[in-house]
Amino acid sequence: MTAVVTATGLTKRYKSSLALDGATFQIGSGRIVGLIGPNGAGKTTALKAILGLTTFDGQLNVLGLDPRKDRDKLMEQVCFIADVAVLPRWLKVRDAVDFVAHIHPRFDRARCDAFLARTKLQPEQKVKQLSKGMIVQLHLALVMSIDAKLLVLDEPTLGLDILYRKQFYQSLLEDYFDEEKTILVTTHQVEEIEHILTDLMFIRDGKIVLDTDMDSLGERFAEVLVGAEFAAAARELKPLDERQVFGKSVFLFDNVSRPQLEQLGEVRRPSIGDLFVATMKGTYA
Amino acid sequence: MKTFYWLVKREFWEHKGGFFWAPVVTGIVFLVLNTMGIILGEVFGRRSNWGGFKYNGDLHFQGSNITPEDLHNAGAGIDIMLYAIAGIVLAVTAIVVFFYCLGALYDDRRDRSVLFWKSLPLSDTSTVLSKVVSAILLAPAIAVVVGVIVGLALAILVAIVATMHGIGVWSLLIEAHPFRVVLNLVLLIPLYAIWALPTIGWLLLCSSWARGKPFLWAIALPVGAGVIVSWFGLMGIAGLSSGWFWKNVVGRMLGSLIPGGWVGNASPLVMPSRDDPAAVLEALDLSYHYSALASPSLWIGAAAGVAMIAGAIWFRRWRDDS
Repeated sequence: MTAVVTATGLTKRYKSSLALDGATFQIGSGRIVGLIGPNGAGKTTALKAILGLTTFDGQLNVLGLDPRKDRDKLMEQVCFIADVAVLPRWLKVRDAVDFVAHIHPRFDRARCDAFLARTKLQPEQKVKQLSKGMIVQLHLALVMSIDAKLLVLDEPTLGLDILYRKQFYQSLLEDYFDEEKTILVTTHQVEEIEHILTDLMFIRDGKIVLDTDMDSLGERFAEVLVGAEFAAAARELKPLDERQVFGKSVFLFDNVSRPQLEQLGEVRRPSIGDLFVATMKGTYA
Repeated sequence: MKTFYWLVKREFWEHKGGFFWAPVVTGIVFLVLNTMGIILGEVFGRRSNWGGFKYNGDLHFQGSNITPEDLHNAGAGIDIMLYAIAGIVLAVTAIVVFFYCLGALYDDRRDRSVLFWKSLPLSDTSTVLSKVVSAILLAPAIAVVVGVIVGLALAILVAIVATMHGIGVWSLLIEAHPFRVVLNLVLLIPLYAIWALPTIGWLLLCSSWARGKPFLWAIALPVGAGVIVSWFGLMGIAGLSSGWFWKNVVGRMLGSLIPGGWVGNASPLVMPSRDDPAAVLEALDLSYHYSALASPSLWIGAAAGVAMIAGAIWFRRWRDDS
């Protein structure tokens, strides 16, 4: 696995607070990585550091470049969709394609036209006349036509209806992603990206608190549905979390042997959402 | 270079209203007002014997008693009119450019579209320089062309009216030199650009640096400094008056977009008599304007402008949408 992003001791201090506190992680080529964290955990700051949009302390290597020094060169290989609707409102669809086609060395115009043909976008429409979902379609068509190594998505589907959201990730998987490409995505709608992720990172208070691939996630964490008779025994095993469902208790365990858990009840793979809630307990307290 | 061309084109797309339509509309309004004036003159001229346009046979350039010198002067008069109209259009463009510069590096941070531009492989240097070029070359060039077209349209309008009164002034129109006027004005654009640098640089710096209200900062800082200097008479210590500060610092930071602002810094003008428009034009030729190149204010201002543009590039690199 070749690393696309290597961060060591990434630190960013704003006037009063620490947005990144020595975050250390690595993102390999050909992965789809979810960076998940509560509001204000440092997700966007981490992405901005990777994209060379902010200064920081520590070491960061993106595709062999330092984003602080070589941002414009880096952006030939890196694409970025920052939440929704950051396309300038005065821009026409036709001009947007024209502009990117002429300034981006890795842009494939025919591909972009093919993507746009699948949508209702008209060349003469201005961005301000488009709905949020259509703006994202345009942005995605532009980005998917660029043969980049790393695609960074910051809350790309915020405020979209479910049709656009599904379509967004489906297009990415079917028409864009391959083993040469890497996608780094942050979102609060974890359940939507759960099935497409290969890796998962949790960030809290500027630190990476969980960094795992999805296969080992299933091995490491387990959710057990426990009847009242075994509840006390389950608590002995120091669960991460406990909640009640239909008179039974659902326990979440980290690194407890499978056979041991199977004696207590039905073992399932926890959803990222439940794991997230358990891990981030007390964040806002 | 191709990238730079598209960056400037992007500025034109975004600011077509200011760069193109504002001068065109100014020109149209100007023509409409003049047409209304002419019609008014016609009406008054018919109704009464006083005021208005009353053509009778003894206009001195009519008929066979016209001398070549008269023709030459009439042509120069039309040239002066072309310059004047281009000047009016340029003044409108100057206002447009002032506000364009204030918003150029701020508006996209406010609406967050900076995140889209920054996701493309564009250096901050070429982004900022494309805005500088749009402000000091593209916008004035459009204004010059529009201005001269409006001037010619007005000249033709007047000629038509004159013809209706039986006065053949078409021969006078041929004596005008629209192409020379355009050429002269285009050749003045580099001087205008150098002269305008401190204002462009200052406005872009504020636009790039301010987290909010760039207009307020851009006005308040130099004017505030001027007020303080006046108040304490600080410049008196250095042997300079506060008037000097207002003229050469505040004025140059905020007012250098005014077309022809360098005239006070050019070599002393020997103004010939007003009855001799051809001589007036000659006295105001390119070499007169370009004598402003000898003035230190021009070069010190330009150097300060370049430094402030460099500052704007630096802030563009590190200011984000927050």
